[in-house]
Amino acid sequence: MANRPTEPLFLERQTYRRRRLMDAARILPVAGFILCMLPMLWAGPGAADASVAVGGLYLFGVWTLLIVTAGILSRRLIRAAPPDSGTR
Amino acid sequence: MLTFNMLVLACFAYVAFLFAVAFLAEKRALRGRLGILRSPLVYTLSLSIYCTAWTFYGAVGYAARSGLEFVTIYLGPTLVMIGWWGLLRKLVRIGRTQRITSIADLISSRYGKSNLLGVLVTILAVVFTTPYIALQLQSVTLSFSIFTDGYAKGTAFWVAAGLAVFTILFGTRNLDIDERHHGIVTAIAVEAVVKLIALLAVGGFVVWGVAGGPGDVFRMIEDSPISTWKMDQSRWVTLTFLSAAACICLPRMFQVMVVENSNESHLATAAWAFPLYLFLMSLFVLPIAVVGLNVLPEGSNPDLFVLTVPLAFEQKGLATLVFLGGFSSATSMVIVAAIALATMVSNHIVMPIWLNARKGGATVSGDVRNVMLRSRRIAIMAVLALAYFYYAMSGGGAALAAIGLIAFVGAAQIMPALLGGLFWRGATRLGAAAGLIVGFAVWAWTLFLPGIGEGVLISSQTMAQGPFGMGWLRPQALFGIEGLDGVVHAAIWSLTLNTGVFVALSLLSFPNPVERLQGAEFVNILRYSAGARAFSPGTVDAEDLLMMSQRILGSAEAQALFQSVALEQGKEGYLPDTTSAFLERLERELAGSVGAATAHAMMGQITGGSAVSVSELMRVADETAQMMEYSNQLEAKSEELGRTARQLRVANEKLTALSIQKDEFLSQISHELRTPMTSIRAFSEILRDGGDMEPEARARYSRIIHDEARRLTRVLDDLLDLSVLESGQVTLYNEVTILGDIIDRAIAATGQNASALRIERQPLQERLVLFTDADRLAQVFINLIANAQKYCDADTPVLRILVRDNKQHAVIDFIDNGSGIPSEDQALIFEKFSRLGDTRASGGAGLGLAICREIAARLGGSLTYVPGQGGAAFRVTLPRRLTNADAEAAE
Amino acid sequence: MAKRVLLIEDEPNIIEAVRFILSRDGWSVDTHADGATALSAVARRVPDVIVLDAMLPGRSGFEILRDLRGDSKTADIPVLMLTARGQQKDRDMAARNGANRFMTKPFSNAEMLACVQELYAATQSPGA
Repeated sequence: MANRPTEPLFLERQTYRRRRLMDAARILPVAGFILCMLPMLWAGPGAADASVAVGGLYLFGVWTLLIVTAGILSRRLIRAAPPDSGTR
Repeated sequence: MLTFNMLVLACFAYVAFLFAVAFLAEKRALRGRLGILRSPLVYTLSLSIYCTAWTFYGAVGYAARSGLEFVTIYLGPTLVMIGWWGLLRKLVRIGRTQRITSIADLISSRYGKSNLLGVLVTILAVVFTTPYIALQLQSVTLSFSIFTDGYAKGTAFWVAAGLAVFTILFGTRNLDIDERHHGIVTAIAVEAVVKLIALLAVGGFVVWGVAGGPGDVFRMIEDSPISTWKMDQSRWVTLTFLSAAACICLPRMFQVMVVENSNESHLATAAWAFPLYLFLMSLFVLPIAVVGLNVLPEGSNPDLFVLTVPLAFEQKGLATLVFLGGFSSATSMVIVAAIALATMVSNHIVMPIWLNARKGGATVSGDVRNVMLRSRRIAIMAVLALAYFYYAMSGGGAALAAIGLIAFVGAAQIMPALLGGLFWRGATRLGAAAGLIVGFAVWAWTLFLPGIGEGVLISSQTMAQGPFGMGWLRPQALFGIEGLDGVVHAAIWSLTLNTGVFVALSLLSFPNPVERLQGAEFVNILRYSAGARAFSPGTVDAEDLLMMSQRILGSAEAQALFQSVALEQGKEGYLPDTTSAFLERLERELAGSVGAATAHAMMGQITGGSAVSVSELMRVADETAQMMEYSNQLEAKSEELGRTARQLRVANEKLTALSIQKDEFLSQISHELRTPMTSIRAFSEILRDGGDMEPEARARYSRIIHDEARRLTRVLDDLLDLSVLESGQVTLYNEVTILGDIIDRAIAATGQNASALRIERQPLQERLVLFTDADRLAQVFINLIANAQKYCDADTPVLRILVRDNKQHAVIDFIDNGSGIPSEDQALIFEKFSRLGDTRASGGAGLGLAICREIAARLGGSLTYVPGQGGAAFRVTLPRRLTNADAEAAE
Repeated sequence: MAKRVLLIEDEPNIIEAVRFILSRDGWSVDTHADGATALSAVARRVPDVIVLDAMLPGRSGFEILRDLRGDSKTADIPVLMLTARGQQKDRDMAARNGANRFMTKPFSNAEMLACVQELYAATQSPGA
């Protein structure tokens, strides 16, 4: 076993953050999927007339949100755990 | 006036431009200046290959017909990309470490490097890609037809032919060990930009030129015929899933996303950048659709609104740009898809058959590469021909989006085997194969065949009442469940049955050892760093491995690889020890060229079959990660120690051998000198003593004395030469000469006319200018040629003199067709006084090769024996660059 | 009965020289060049004296010598060993293996002839 780090508290927090970051990255697509399926609630046969224009705004808005969130998360992830870039 | 001819000209100009880009990119890659070619930007843009003519033309058509549903096609990939940490990262990591060359290779490799699965996936891929390519041909034809009032006959045919030529020129010029195609990828990145600019231009024109800004557009949408969102919920969900699956399983997507990936961190950029690209491409689709519906006459084809709207407003320039954008998106898809399919066909169908049919025997270097290249070219032509026939048969009337969805459902059939393989260690080959077959069959029955057109392959009677009247097998209403949308129906049935059979059979069957190893490796790849060993070395001959590798990788690459491994092991020459690490590495290198399944089969053949021992299996069964890691490290350390010990032993042996050698040398010299002296002395005494002797006898004895004296002189000369060379005191008379002249001189000096040996040369390559000592070099050549004359034991002896110039060195190989020199003697022949075989037939003292080696070293090069060439092969290397000392001496 | 000598040597010129010298003196000279089959040649020819070269293809002269001495039929035939290496250890090895006389090449013709004659004479006189 190597020498124990002198300040275990800080290290732990960092690792914890990193783990939560990875969790967030895994959840993001699921959250995105749910958001994209929400229109099923108000559009579709049997529901009141939904507007394409409004629906379009909603979808593109969600899309923008997903892109921005993914961008931020990816930046953080790469900085926290740079993968072995191993060029072939 | 935009005429047909002008358009054709524009297309040619554009293709020429792409050609230039691809060419320049390849040149840079060859020189190793990869730089921007490996940036995340290029990677992300290359992913845009997802957006084909379907996106460019068909999206607007889709929107004009069904409102917002077109967004699902782009939501799927968005979700997959932003979820890169879970899925794509694993895929890319596996692709890199296992040297995966295609999606068929991935599936085949995961399930025990099974050839069966490779073939299945390849066939499936060819079948579902055909309509997709046909869709591109259709869109190009349609776009041309706008400008020519009716169909220009044969456009599709010429486009297909042209694409075949371009693809062959750029996809199959050579075989990169890693299946990278830098030229194509760069060209695609450029096309991505062109596509985007074209669509944004039209969109901008429509929003700010025709309408009065975003607010106006909003109002127009509300007033248009598509203002109410009548969502088909089943389609909404299904299409999102399908597009997500397609994003990974389409061969062209797999190629750019996994195979061409050079750096995992690029994924992090692509995770947001690619959805952004898709976002921008889709942004103006609705506005364009709505304006089209407003402005253009009833009944005009909405798939072409992107072109017809600008034309309606007299925007010829814009229309041309759009036309090029559409052309661009169609052609880039076809090129990449054709290359991906050709790779799969050559690696998984052609190679196994060809290799089986020619077990052993072939010794021509790189013959495997030629077969691969040729089979790829033929495959490209075949794929394009198939697509053309599909287009012709289906009449080209269907909506573009409908055709694309057929392909999507087909591609999705690979998903269960893929996902199962990545996350479930219990997935087996049998399960995957059965699932694929079932899924394929259901897809073909319910969607593919009906889609070619009613009455073409399935009669309308069968469509209405089921085959042989079996109602529950109706292609569009399996098991009597009616009323489902066609695509949803096909997708649900095919995927459900596929997954069901896959899971059931996987649970029931037992995987073979290689499957289990691969399963553990794939599923756990993100956790563990070390890979499991796959081969027990047994008694594999390194020379056999070298011959096989030369056939696949080409002689230069194979020899370089073997040499570097030998160097790492602390050995000289071209033949390393066959440790399991070396075998593993060799298999991976080979996999990069012929795919994992074929590489594994070839290695298996040579190493004598059984790949995995019981101890390996036990390691697999053991779930504790730390123990595996730890024991791996221990083994590595002990191997390291063993190697060091061996190096020390070798050095010690060398030292002892040296002193023995000195004694040996002295007594050898003594022998070589005294033997001719004996004859000289004996016969001179006989002649001196006189007595009667016939004149013939006297003449004869005098001649013997003379011959032996000459022999003695030769030995003395050689000895002197050798000692001068070894001591470094030799004077070299360097001059500028031509290699061919020196070879001419050497051949003349060896009395070639009288000998039975036939010499084959390469006159063109021999016109190499060298700065060296011509006489000494000729001495070396004379010796090598004379050796071939004396020792080549073939019935018709042939000596090939091959010249290669690799900028740093000139490499001259002398290869004969005899039985060569056995491995254990290969180092021995350069020793002094060593003569193999009949010692008297040589007529020399056995110093020839020792002298030649010294000369080569003094000239700044080397003389080595090259194993694995079939006969005896000697390689002379000479430096091409002048050193400073040489340059000064020349003045 | 003529004096028979068997010369086991692989260099053709040396064979010719020795054959000339010995046959001029009335010897019947047989030659054999291959070390591996030398023993059977001895059994066939039954010579009175053997002149044996140390360096032969197939088998070393010393080994042949040892085998000759080990077989009772050939143990008494006198052997003159010729070699191109003249160091002391070679002499000792020859003596150990049972050579009667030992000569280095190049040799004087007269000396070699005399040596063979002496070896033959020794076998003729009783009590050798």
